[in-house]
Amino acid sequence: MMYSEKVMEQFRNPRNMGEIPDADGVGTVGNPVCGDMMTIYIKVKDTHIDDIKFKTFGCGAAIATSSMITELAKGKTLEEAMKITRANVADELGGLPPIKMHCSNLAADALHAAIEDYYKKQKSDKEAKK
Amino acid sequence: MDHTAGRPVDPRVIDAMVPYGKSFYVNPSSIHSFGQEARKALEEARAKVAELINTERKESIIFTSGATESDNMAIKGVAYRNKDRGTHIITSSIEHMSVLNPCKFLATNGFKVTFLPVDQYGFVDLESLGKELTDETILVSIMYANGEIGTIQPIKEISQIVHSKNAYLHVDATAANGQVPIDVKNEGIDLLTISSNDMYGPTGVGALYIKEGARIEPIIHGGGQERGLRSGTENVPSIVGFGKAAEIAKKEMHTEIERLGKLRDKLIKGLLDSIPYSFLNGHPTKRLPNNVAVRYSFIEGESMLLNLDMMGVAASSGSACTAKTLEPSHVLRAIGLKHEEAHGSLLFTLGKQNTEEEVDYVISVMPDIVKRLRAMSPLTPKELRE
Repeated sequence: MMYSEKVMEQFRNPRNMGEIPDADGVGTVGNPVCGDMMTIYIKVKDTHIDDIKFKTFGCGAAIATSSMITELAKGKTLEEAMKITRANVADELGGLPPIKMHCSNLAADALHAAIEDYYKKQKSDKEAKK
Repeated sequence: MDHTAGRPVDPRVIDAMVPYGKSFYVNPSSIHSFGQEARKALEEARAKVAELINTERKESIIFTSGATESDNMAIKGVAYRNKDRGTHIITSSIEHMSVLNPCKFLATNGFKVTFLPVDQYGFVDLESLGKELTDETILVSIMYANGEIGTIQPIKEISQIVHSKNAYLHVDATAANGQVPIDVKNEGIDLLTISSNDMYGPTGVGALYIKEGARIEPIIHGGGQERGLRSGTENVPSIVGFGKAAEIAKKEMHTEIERLGKLRDKLIKGLLDSIPYSFLNGHPTKRLPNNVAVRYSFIEGESMLLNLDMMGVAASSGSACTAKTLEPSHVLRAIGLKHEEAHGSLLFTLGKQNTEEEVDYVISVMPDIVKRLRAMSPLTPKELRE
């Protein structure tokens, strides 16, 4: 098998799959043309990620990294979550096949995009209140 | 159900090979009786391969190391030998890499290559062929059938067009040989690539049929074996196995075509009827009896394969992520599929061992796999999410 047992385990039993309809931040990266696309939804309480869910179109690695990042980010502060890298995700999964490192390891980017989306919304909310 | 990737060698083929495997060091060019016995076996195998493609002239069969070498030999061999007559070569955009890459190589070495478009089913555009063909054209190389979408080309019609000019027709029959009857005489084929493993023979051996009188240059020079066209001591045990596989294929092909054709049609119907947004790749009837190529919208091929694997089913995909490159299959792109449509493709290639029960099993597990992945996909439209 080209994938580690940890990848296959996440693929078989993905954690936190789905949408958060009233999410505080949403991040989408990749596109269907490349064969991988993922969306991360976060719910923020005070300064930490209270809930997180994902939706992914893509190969085994794309699905496993999406699931993994939700586990890594849940409960972390936004600041800590911003520091999670693609390499962290791959390491937690016991490594990824080299060809998958670039194309399918997008979950960290999607998480960061969701957090940035949250910050942007906060900012525009504040401005609206002014 | 992944017979395209590799087929189990028929036990009867192995039995035929064993005596020669034990004495594999015998050189069929030796004068002594052991050498002569190997020579006899070699020539019997040659006759069996010749018979499979309906030529009485067994000398027309040149043994090679497999389909890749046969394709290279046909394309480069005809090009080098006939460049005084012209330097134009025509092929299609859905050929195997072992045809496309020799053609691309020649294009960087003074030859001009035209890649013909295909329609949505994968049929070569005959009108374009007629237009592109000139007095400068020395070779047209078109596959008999495509292993990825199953489409069988109208070779006889193609041959008539090619022979309206002074060009040779090379046909790569790797995906088709042993699956459907091929008749080099009736279909007007000048050069034909034949593979052993694709008809349950050993890997590492194949042949090129060269019509009598066709002008071709060897690409492997040496001691002059195979009428000087392919030097190197012949691999007798593998060739004997190849011959046996050809004999069995000829005998059993017609019952197998009927059996597999029924299974194919049942599987296609089952995979499409029970699942919305599902499509067939290739033509519904003019396709190889063992080929089931489908695609599902909103999900990706590799994740379908992994799920099928978890259920004990081996299949393959034209999807980028399973291949060494990141691009989706050139075949699926050539029939007009968008990248994201190509990514959702799934290929089942049936073989001798597959049964109706197995087909029923695949039909029964597929809907849940698609549903599960669609539930996960951000591309899935709302109406499918319930």
